[in-house]
Parts: sequence; C-alpha cells; structure tokens
Amino acid sequence: MALNCSAPPVERRGGWEHFPHGADVGLRGWGATPAEAFEAAAHALTVAVTDARVEPRDSVHVTCEAPDLELLFVEWLNAVIYEMAVRNMLFGRFAVRIEGARLEGTLWGEPVDVVRHAPACEPKGATYTELKVAREADGVWSAACIVDV
Amino acid sequence: MDPGRFTRVDSATWRIETTGSMRVPAIIYADESLIADMDDKVGEQAVNVATLPGIVQASYVMPDAHWGYGFPIGGVAAFDADRGGVVSGGGVGFDISCGVRTMLTGLTASDIVLVQKSLAESLFHQIPAGLGSEGAIALDASEMDAMLAGGAQWAVERGWGAAHDLERIEEAGRMAGARPDFVSDHAKERQRREMGTLGSGNHYLEVQAVAEILDTTVAGVFGLARDDAVVTIHCGSRGLGHQIGTEFLKEMLATAKGAGIALADRELACAPIHSEVGQRYLGAMRAGVNCALANREILGHYARRVFTHFFPNSDLRLLFDVSHNTCKVESHLVDGKRRDLFVHRKGATRAFGPGHESLPAALRSVGQPVLVGGSMGTGSYVLVGEATSEARAFSSACHGAGRAMSRHAALRQWSGRAIVDDLASRGILIRSPSTRGVAEEAPGAYKDVDAVVVAAERAGLARRVARLRPLICIKG
Repeated sequence: MALNCSAPPVERRGGWEHFPHGADVGLRGWGATPAEAFEAAAHALTVAVTDARVEPRDSVHVTCEAPDLELLFVEWLNAVIYEMAVRNMLFGRFAVRIEGARLEGTLWGEPVDVVRHAPACEPKGATYTELKVAREADGVWSAACIVDV
Repeated sequence: MDPGRFTRVDSATWRIETTGSMRVPAIIYADESLIADMDDKVGEQAVNVATLPGIVQASYVMPDAHWGYGFPIGGVAAFDADRGGVVSGGGVGFDISCGVRTMLTGLTASDIVLVQKSLAESLFHQIPAGLGSEGAIALDASEMDAMLAGGAQWAVERGWGAAHDLERIEEAGRMAGARPDFVSDHAKERQRREMGTLGSGNHYLEVQAVAEILDTTVAGVFGLARDDAVVTIHCGSRGLGHQIGTEFLKEMLATAKGAGIALADRELACAPIHSEVGQRYLGAMRAGVNCALANREILGHYARRVFTHFFPNSDLRLLFDVSHNTCKVESHLVDGKRRDLFVHRKGATRAFGPGHESLPAALRSVGQPVLVGGSMGTGSYVLVGEATSEARAFSSACHGAGRAMSRHAALRQWSGRAIVDDLASRGILIRSPSTRGVAEEAPGAYKDVDAVVVAAERAGLARRVARLRPLICIKG
C-alpha cells in the first residue's frame, strides 16, 4: 500500500492501548503504516491476556483476505485468536505485510504456561464494534475494535 | 441513559416510540435507576434492532442490559420467517447457548463449610478453567459430529452425565435441526480438546447456599430449602460457538447487503430466514447449542465426581439448565393469533410460565426455573417464569447482574489479591489461575443483582423464588 507519511510523533509510532467497553475490551494499535498498526494491536491483544513476557520461541504463519482494510483488521485479529486457541500458545512478536486485500503475517510465541502467564482472559473473537482503521490527522495509522473476551 | 428520553409506561416499563426506520417500538423493562446506569449504547442498539426486517411486536431490553454487539446484551427480538424475517448471528451472540445450570446436592451449607477449602482446591484442579487449560476429552471427526448432533444426550450416552438430567435441560438436552456438516473445520478444530472446560471471563462454577426463600410453594417444587447447598455452572459452547459466530458474522454482512437490508450497525449482520445462508446458520448454530448442552452436562459430571469423593452418598440432581444466547423457533400469541417465531435471546433467559407443554411434568404446574447469575461476591437468584412473560417479552427474562463497569475500569479500581482476601474473610473462597482476571470480574463491576430481579418481577417477566450466596467460586 502506497504511503506518503510525514514523520509521526515518535511516542505514538508503534504504540497501543486498551480502551473500555461495557463487558469486553477495546484494542487500538498505531503505526506508520496499516501493517504496523495491525502488529501493535495484536500486541495489545496479548497484553489483554497476560502481563508476563511472551518468549518468541516458535513462529506461525497466517494469511487472510477481506474486501477492505477494516474487515481485514478483524480477520487478522481473528487469525491470531484462532492460532492462540488451537495451538494453546501466546504470541509476543508480530510481522504483518499487506498487499491490497491480502495480509500475510508471522507470529512468534510460546505455549501457554498457566503459572507464569496467569492468563486473565481468553479472547473469543474480534468484533465490528468500534471498528476503525484510519490515517489520523498527524499521519499515523490507527487500527481499533472491541474484542469479545 | 436518561429515562426522561423515553415514554414511561409503568414503574418497570419504558418505551422508545417508533421513529425513522424503526419498524416497531423498543421496550425497556427496568426501573429508573437501572436505566440511568445503562450506557446510551443500550438504547441505540435496541433502536437498531427495531429496524430489522420481519421483527414482531417490539425490540425488548431486559433489566440487566448492557452495551453489546449489534444487539444489546439483554436483548430479545422475534422474527416471522414468512414476513421477511431475519436470523442474526449478533442476535445470538458469539458464545452460542452460553447458559447456566443449577444442581441440587442434598447437602447443607454447614456440610460444605466443614470441607470448604479442600473442596475448593479439588474443584479447581478437576475442572479445567481458563486459557491454557486442556480438557481430558479429545474428539475425533466422527465423535465431533455425534456430539454436535446429540448434545447432552450424547454426553450421557458416553458416560459423562445422567439420563435423568435430560428432561431438566431445554430441548431435552438435544437441539433438533443441528447440522454438523454446516460447522466449519476451523470451528471443529477449535473445539477438539475443549469439551468439559469452563472457559474464562464471566464463566464460573460455584458452590452456593440458599440464603433466602422468597416463594415457599415454588421453592418446594424446585427442591430448594434455606441453607441447602447447590452447584451452579455458567459456561457455553467454547471455541466452537465463537468460531461459528465469527465466520457467519462475516458471511451475513455480505448476505444482508445482497438482500438489500440496510444495517444500522455491521454487527447486526443477518440473513433472511428463508435464504441459503440463513438456513445454514440455523443448522450450524443449533449444532453450537448442542455443544454447549454437552459441555455443561460434562462439567456437571465432573462436579458430581468431586462431590462423591467428599460426600460418598451425595446425589447431585439437576434443577434446570437454561441457555441465554440462542435463537429458537417458538409458538407465541401475537394479537390473539398463534405464530411460529424465531426468538433471539442475546443475554436473556427463556422464562416459560406455568403450564407450558415443554416443561417436565414435575415443574409444569409452577413454571420454568430462571437461573440468574450474580457476581462472585453478591450471589445469584432462582426465579420462576410468569404467565405474563409471554405477552411482555415472548417469555423472556434477565440472565445475570449485568456489568456496570468495564474490565478496564475494574482493573484500575481493584486488586485481585485484595478481592480474594476480602471474600475469604466473608466465607467465600475464590480459586482462579489469574488474580488479574478476578479483579476484572470484581463484584463492584456488576450491577446490583437484587435491583435487576426486582425489576424483572415488577415487569411480570419472572418471579423471585430463592436467593443464593456463594461459598466457593472457580473462575477461569
């Protein structure tokens, strides 16, 4: 995706945050590109589960497609949630490449260690609620939605 | 929400009049104070539901409602398939057939207190809970399909339950019309090792004491007496239900667009009931219902096993098993005529009144038990469906206390360790793999369950029978 990005504020370049929702949790990631914002949001997903460090021992490759960037963001988070569930893993590092409607991602992580990670919740699915992927006025990309936990 | 924005019908009923693209009004059952505490999004979502094609009578909101996905959590809406009605994955929810079961133990609270700590430890170790826990059951492809078609009946046949439980489960433990072949391989893979696991979030297994009897006659029929100990389990269809919900949400977005249905919110994605996608969702969703029914039956079996170890003569009898995230075809009176409707209950409990033909003979004279989960500090309620609930909200009632505060805010306000210690000093033992998870589920993050059930009673949805107080809570 072509980007003509003027330098974003350094403190927000790769950031993420959780924002409140009635019953669940909102995730927002920022980056210089949509791909970076997606990576940051996936990191926010992991932090919603555990405060502990997640070691990048094994990698998993995922691909997904969607007709627009917002739906692609939900597909991406759902792909991460699916790999967490079926592999019983947590992921601490992410690399995303977006070409048109297609996303390729690599997740690095390790098996869940219930004692060390003490998982606070189990993400069930990303939703279309509060879903927004946009380039903000300062040129930074942000990607956000509510995740059902 | 500001109650002043709505038409007050009576002290427990408020109405949002039909305007704009709404096809029916929205009706909120709650008192003024509960409404004042609800997020504005609840009203917006109830109005959005009222715009969907084929909706009948009204878009209803239960007293425990909070901001959900498309539908409010605590939303009820019925659709007529022959008048363009739709089925909506968001109207069922991601955790298909999430629900509650309560089992009588034949023991008293003082029996439990004698072994409380070791019983809590044993339940915590025997009931897989939270992310990273694995069930002892792994299903191959043919067993997966048998489970998805057979529900709790399948669990009983495999030795993970009791045959006498079945009449005490909605649909007699097996939802008809399930189509395992409409459930994706991804959804099945996600469930392969998850049968008999509790999950996390607001899911729990509790040992509770009957703290108060509010209707002696019905309590007698239900087998509840003051100081009795009961076991209550809250969980659903685990990864499988979530995967079905996620996949169909995406597909229904395209279907709705193709059918010319204007969606006020993408999360309201839906399909006409008389459409290929609508029928496919119903088949998959019903398989998800069976997964939840089987899962709760297996967890009940595990609880029985632990109780038999501590109390060799104990006999855990199922009072009832309710589902509060469903879409079911039911016959209801509308303007004096019986019509078959697709009733969506998202965070709402079915509440059939006395005499309903689907209830087991032992309960038919009084009505269906309505199990309302509270927070881990305040307790829960057993209600009974009222005859008036059909006209009020297609035989529906509240499902829990409902959150009053986000997880985010709860985490800033409370420490999990302090909550565990505080509750222990009040005789409630919490066991969870995560103290942060406990903080997110802090009792103070929930609405006042007492106010919720009083509002449900005043609204004629369900009547209070017994209040339960927690003794042991296993959280995922």
